[in-house]
Amino acid sequence: MVEGQIPIEEYKTGNTKHKWDNKKMKSSHKILTKYTYKKGEIQKGYTNRTLHINLTTNEVKEKKITEDMKKKFTGGRGFGLKLLWDSIKPTTRWNSEENELIITTGPLCGTTQYPGSGKSLCLTVSPSTNIICDSNVGGFFGPYLKFAGFDAVEIQGKAKKDVILLIDGEEGKITIETAPNEETNSHILADQLTYMYASEDNERSRQKISVVSAGKGADHSFWGCLNFSFWDIRRKTARLKQAGRGGLGTVLRDKKIKAIVAKVEKISGVSNNPADPVKLARVGTKIHKEIRDLDRYQCNMRAVGTSHLVEIMDAYDLLPTENYRFGCFPKASKIYSPHFYELFTKVIPDGCWHGCTMACAKTVDGFTVKTGPYKGQRVTVDGPEYETVGCGSNMSLWDPLWILEFNFYCDTYGLDTISTGTGIAFYMEMYEYGILNKKRCGGLELCFGNSEAVMELLHRIANGDKGDFIKTAAKGIRRVKDWMIKKGWGDKQLIEDTGMESKGLEYSEYVTKESLAMQGGYGLTLKGPQHDEAWLIFMDMVNNAIPTFKDKAEALHYFPMWRTWFGLNGLCKLPWNDIEPANNAETDEPAKVPEHVQSYVEYQNAVTGWNVDKEEIILQSERCYNWQRAMNVWMGRGRRKDDWIPYRSMGPVTEMEYNSRKERYDKQLIEKLGLSEKQVENMSVSEKMKTLYDYRQNQYQKLADAVYYRRGWTPNGVPTPQKMKQLGMDDSKILEMLQQKINEDKKAGFNVWGGKYSKGEKPPSNDPHYWEKW
Amino acid sequence: MDKPTTVKILKFNQEKCNGCLECEKACSQIHFKTKEGKDKSAIKIIKKGNIYEMNVCDQRGLCIDMCPVGALTRRKNGVVLLDKNICIGCQACVGFCPINAMRKSDARIEPFKCISCGSCVKACPEQALELVEVKLDNIKQVVYHKQGV
Repeated sequence: MVEGQIPIEEYKTGNTKHKWDNKKMKSSHKILTKYTYKKGEIQKGYTNRTLHINLTTNEVKEKKITEDMKKKFTGGRGFGLKLLWDSIKPTTRWNSEENELIITTGPLCGTTQYPGSGKSLCLTVSPSTNIICDSNVGGFFGPYLKFAGFDAVEIQGKAKKDVILLIDGEEGKITIETAPNEETNSHILADQLTYMYASEDNERSRQKISVVSAGKGADHSFWGCLNFSFWDIRRKTARLKQAGRGGLGTVLRDKKIKAIVAKVEKISGVSNNPADPVKLARVGTKIHKEIRDLDRYQCNMRAVGTSHLVEIMDAYDLLPTENYRFGCFPKASKIYSPHFYELFTKVIPDGCWHGCTMACAKTVDGFTVKTGPYKGQRVTVDGPEYETVGCGSNMSLWDPLWILEFNFYCDTYGLDTISTGTGIAFYMEMYEYGILNKKRCGGLELCFGNSEAVMELLHRIANGDKGDFIKTAAKGIRRVKDWMIKKGWGDKQLIEDTGMESKGLEYSEYVTKESLAMQGGYGLTLKGPQHDEAWLIFMDMVNNAIPTFKDKAEALHYFPMWRTWFGLNGLCKLPWNDIEPANNAETDEPAKVPEHVQSYVEYQNAVTGWNVDKEEIILQSERCYNWQRAMNVWMGRGRRKDDWIPYRSMGPVTEMEYNSRKERYDKQLIEKLGLSEKQVENMSVSEKMKTLYDYRQNQYQKLADAVYYRRGWTPNGVPTPQKMKQLGMDDSKILEMLQQKINEDKKAGFNVWGGKYSKGEKPPSNDPHYWEKW
Repeated sequence: MDKPTTVKILKFNQEKCNGCLECEKACSQIHFKTKEGKDKSAIKIIKKGNIYEMNVCDQRGLCIDMCPVGALTRRKNGVVLLDKNICIGCQACVGFCPINAMRKSDARIEPFKCISCGSCVKACPEQALELVEVKLDNIKQVVYHKQGV
């Protein structure tokens, strides 16, 4: 029986209890810098200042946010891009002195009335991609940073020894202090620091603390994530949400930051000082009611979070299995959401920020750890979410308890589950082909399904194992590809085609072979293959709603812009389309969920006091999206060649894959490529694969042509100064830089369409220099 | 501490009500120190044709598990109370109340609800309202948590 209405004091998780001497730990801190500031008041969602901390010089300063900056960059990720532009160089790399780790909020961040309003947007130059990576994350830190007085914090330089940064909104002070004795791994550290910095010894005081940290895994890999804590007054432990992608935790640890702690004096429903609180409460309550009435018939987020996707993806051949070779698997039903539902704690509120009634942040409480340093202890595991379960299937792990073990250690070690899972899945495939073997893997038998070996690999990474394999493996697929190719192990083409990374970042967990638009959704992106820019598989593959290149390009314009908007404001995307109004299917554009778009327009206006419409909010995104692409170009990585994706994401790399879906591929050779049945019958599998390979590669290039054109970029993928000016982005330095890069491309002959067009087909424009006439 | 087993909830004697709304005025006096009633009252009297209906919290407590900060608790007397000093105004309880009895007035961000104080009972000139004791086990409700419909 599931019990409810348990008083918070009486709620029990069954977790192992720890006792630490917090006073002793705190007394060993040496204060390096203390900076006091005037607390100030938030005005219509903005504090109108950012915080700059330099760890090399221990300097702390405040920067003003101008009206012009708000107009051009809106907030959140937009502010992060602007701050990075002002601070880094095109040659800046993840471990450069001047690289910054930035955590931003956004004007709507910290609102409690609208579900999904507590997101922080984190940015840095990524170790995986050498360009800017942005990652969004829940937890209390973003709202608390703002309530403590800052729209963003940028951290530059490196400390000499492990430090804690304290942003104390109660006293109005910032301190940088050494922290020699605290645990590094997040599930312990977040608890320790919450107890240490809470003003009083009670749950409500502890709820006013949020800790950002990364564990020992982040010390020794490029997969480091940031763990953002949110204190759970019922479970009485710090729960964790991750800014997973792109190695932000690696940068945190490279700067020798053990943790960033934010503390607030008070939280209220109007901490953001919204322009129209009455309107805000109305828009928010409307969506709460929708979730109450419809979630159970739609996604069941409140019961199982995003894990409900597992069975759907398996049914549509989209669940990555054995390194994306297959999209479904006979054993997959073992990890369908009902198995996790049995393990999840039920009834109590599970939002990662107050007021999120979507409540997808599920946990398993009292989970007994099977391996490693915490073996035998009982802990709260946050998750697993769909992506983490998908990592399980990708590595062929079909036991929910091993997926939880993987989830727990990835989190506490500060490793991104997605990159780690996708990476290991690739290593496993290489192991199967003998390109890697036990000897080359430092004694690990890394075959598909070997859960013990997976965990051993994680523990060795966290322990800083010096073996060649572990050191390289922890840097991700791109580096392992280069390593194996350099060693002369295996076929280069096979290695390049099967390792699921683009721009150096590992793919998230969807099979995209049959959806060209989604291949673009992963490849024609800013930071790399993460599904947060666009998720078009159903629209494209299942509903065939965007059949032409032009249709797909329109979707790859609108959806990345729309989804970028959440990051500018400090919002979560889930309450947009993981709950839909009952009549959504009858609207003109159900994929856009028009009623919810309108709610977001009203929401932004209610907080900021602006008077924007649905067109203007897309423009807000377009400004920042183009700016980020321009910065990629500036850093040498924003061209067509950088939007390359591995063939595994486009089609069958191996004969086994082809044969497993033979009927489908044979049919396509006839229907799409115009071969006769007889021709196909007489072709060998490798001939058929080669024909399909050429066709699909060309389809992708044609798609890139259409998308670049729609976005107002050159045929080589560079945002044009004309487009930037249209958007009101008139920074002369960036405009000159773009013009110079376009001129270089022209000289090199790159400003031409990339697709090969046969008779009757046309590129997006007859003039590949179309923008010059604007 | 012994847990409450019963709670007093409002009972509406429909046939006696004349729609004078003295109850709403008395209620808004308790919550907002004003006789305005309407959206400042936890009890609502709604005219349906020739008769009146009452909408008010029945202390089922589904909202308790919705509150992220523990501002909603069941007190010793069984009544579900919202502590507005703890409340962070998220409206989760308002949105999820299955009978729409958690109230929100434009006057402030924190919602409010019936606390079975009896002011409306006293204020009613027709004795249409009374507080009756019911067993908690018979009314308690837990928020929907199942997988599937």
